[in-house]
Amino acid sequence: MSIRLQNIAKHFANTQALEPINLDIHEGELVGLLGPSGSGKTTLLRIIAGLESADRSPQPGKILFGDRDVTNVHVRDRRIGFVFQHYALFRHMSVYDNVAFGLTVMPKKRRPSNGEIRARVFRLLEMVQLQHLANRLPAQLSGGQQQRVSLARALAVEPDVLLLDEPFGALDAKVRQDLRRWLRRLHEELNFTSVFVTHDQEEALELSDRVVVMSNGRIEQIDTPEALYRSPINRFVFEFLGDVNHLEGNVHQGVLTCGDARLNVDLPDGNEELLLRPHEVRLAEQPSAESHLPVTITAISPVGAEVRVELEADWLAKPWLATVRHADFEQLQMRRGQRLFAHPRQWHRFPNAESKVTEQSRVA
Amino acid sequence: MSQLALWRSGSARVLPGFGLSMGISVLFISLVLLLPITGLFGQLAGLSLAEYWAIITEGRVVASYMVTIGAAAVAALVNAVFGLLLAWVLVRYEFPGKRLLDALMDLPFALPTAVAGITLATLYAGNGWMGSLLEPLGFQVAYTWVGIALAMAFTSIPFVVRTVQPVLEDLPAEVDEAAMSLGATDGVAFRRVIMPHLWPALVTGTGLAFVRSLGEFGAIIFIAGNMPYETEITALMIFVKLQEYDYAGASAIASVVLFVSLALLLAINIWQGRFVRRLHGGKG
Repeated sequence: MSIRLQNIAKHFANTQALEPINLDIHEGELVGLLGPSGSGKTTLLRIIAGLESADRSPQPGKILFGDRDVTNVHVRDRRIGFVFQHYALFRHMSVYDNVAFGLTVMPKKRRPSNGEIRARVFRLLEMVQLQHLANRLPAQLSGGQQQRVSLARALAVEPDVLLLDEPFGALDAKVRQDLRRWLRRLHEELNFTSVFVTHDQEEALELSDRVVVMSNGRIEQIDTPEALYRSPINRFVFEFLGDVNHLEGNVHQGVLTCGDARLNVDLPDGNEELLLRPHEVRLAEQPSAESHLPVTITAISPVGAEVRVELEADWLAKPWLATVRHADFEQLQMRRGQRLFAHPRQWHRFPNAESKVTEQSRVA
Repeated sequence: MSQLALWRSGSARVLPGFGLSMGISVLFISLVLLLPITGLFGQLAGLSLAEYWAIITEGRVVASYMVTIGAAAVAALVNAVFGLLLAWVLVRYEFPGKRLLDALMDLPFALPTAVAGITLATLYAGNGWMGSLLEPLGFQVAYTWVGIALAMAFTSIPFVVRTVQPVLEDLPAEVDEAAMSLGATDGVAFRRVIMPHLWPALVTGTGLAFVRSLGEFGAIIFIAGNMPYETEITALMIFVKLQEYDYAGASAIASVVLFVSLALLLAINIWQGRFVRRLHGGKG
């Protein structure tokens, strides 16, 4: 079921939690709401769910599920499934009773028979791989298992849309990774429309069909993960989506200088700030005609597909982070305290918040 | 000597001060709790079983049990309902004056019970503010068992509020939201999701209120009217025996109140322990 938000705004007392927002979510899409805390993402999710109501003035907003206007429909009649960060399981009920809850509270006319409820609950428990724990109480399960129960509970009533509020936020890294993959698979299998909230950019980029980046109650950008990462619309999005290295200096006749560092750039004279991703920094033993950026290695983390190297220099206000291939790492025999030269493969620049990104590539 | 050293090192605790704090606790409990109770049983030693039985089953005393237990039960039930409501209001909503209302809850604990008794008696007597309104309608509160129940409810309401309140605070609003998002109506959510959590605290609070009401004296005595066989409470019977210098008789009746209260408290504790263990997955 598609979701359409028109002109949804929300304020609490004197603070504007959400500025008027329009958002279209297609049927079967998995959309991530991404933003730092206080960006309004959870408020937006709760408004979609009906747990919070949007402002009625100055103009009332509208929420549509498919063709159904649910703006004034109570949460219990919206046919949503909601998964809470801290699971919100019913602690006095067994896993089975938790999952069956939504079915057993249906009005008599619509309620399935006991046998049918039983079959459906076990089908769901099988799907979340917890059928052997049906008689346990929530307190006897691990965090990851509890969150799977809460997901099965939400899916039991066959909701039109599934809403998840930081569903993996309270779990540790390994479990989070597993659950993410598992949710993605479940989504592909059942093809429900779902919206989830996260402050973890990696999670948003990995899981979503499209990501909605929010800050200060505004939508900054809506795009697919690839497009978002490749062409962020502004500096906030760029900085929020990953590690960023800053290079600030004065440009004069096509050369940016900052202390004893200099870099050839194709920019008019004036003060400039360039931004680089860690993988856009190449390290070498010698400077080149285009760049002279002397740095010292202060920390090395060889874990993962690439080696993460921390760089410092007099001309840098904040240390840089570079990711280097293991082969290059060994070839240069990197060690702490070593002096090298950084060469930007590419850099980005956002002259002011409103204008589009300017990117330049250099041959490394 | 070496055995002693071994024993000491074997039982070394990380938290210091066990011996001292435990010793003082036991001494304090002995002086304040156990000694008076022992004194009570010492008084009983002067009675034969037949005499004891005769005292505690005397008609007027038995009538006082009925009045006391009946009124205490009504007061406890009324408190269970309104105490739950008050706790709910204090935990779930924000409103001006919330802190004041919260503080007011403890007033019955702080106020001398005799003051409360006199106030209630003057308020509900035929010429009092409330009494003059109610009596023309046929409700007589002062000098009936209704007055007794009212005074009991007044002194014991904090027990219910203060036991339910922390449990309710511990129950996140997310749980109600989850129930509602699954389609539960308010009533169903309350009955199936919220009440099961509150049961143990509510029963404990109500039980405490009931036990407290059984022993209440000061607040009731002014409003009760104290008519033999009608509105005499058990605490008054003890008082009457004392005034007649019948210490053994007073102790005999007091021991009945004591046993009933203790048995009730013990039963509540055991029941609640089982329930809490269930909530914590058999581990707590």
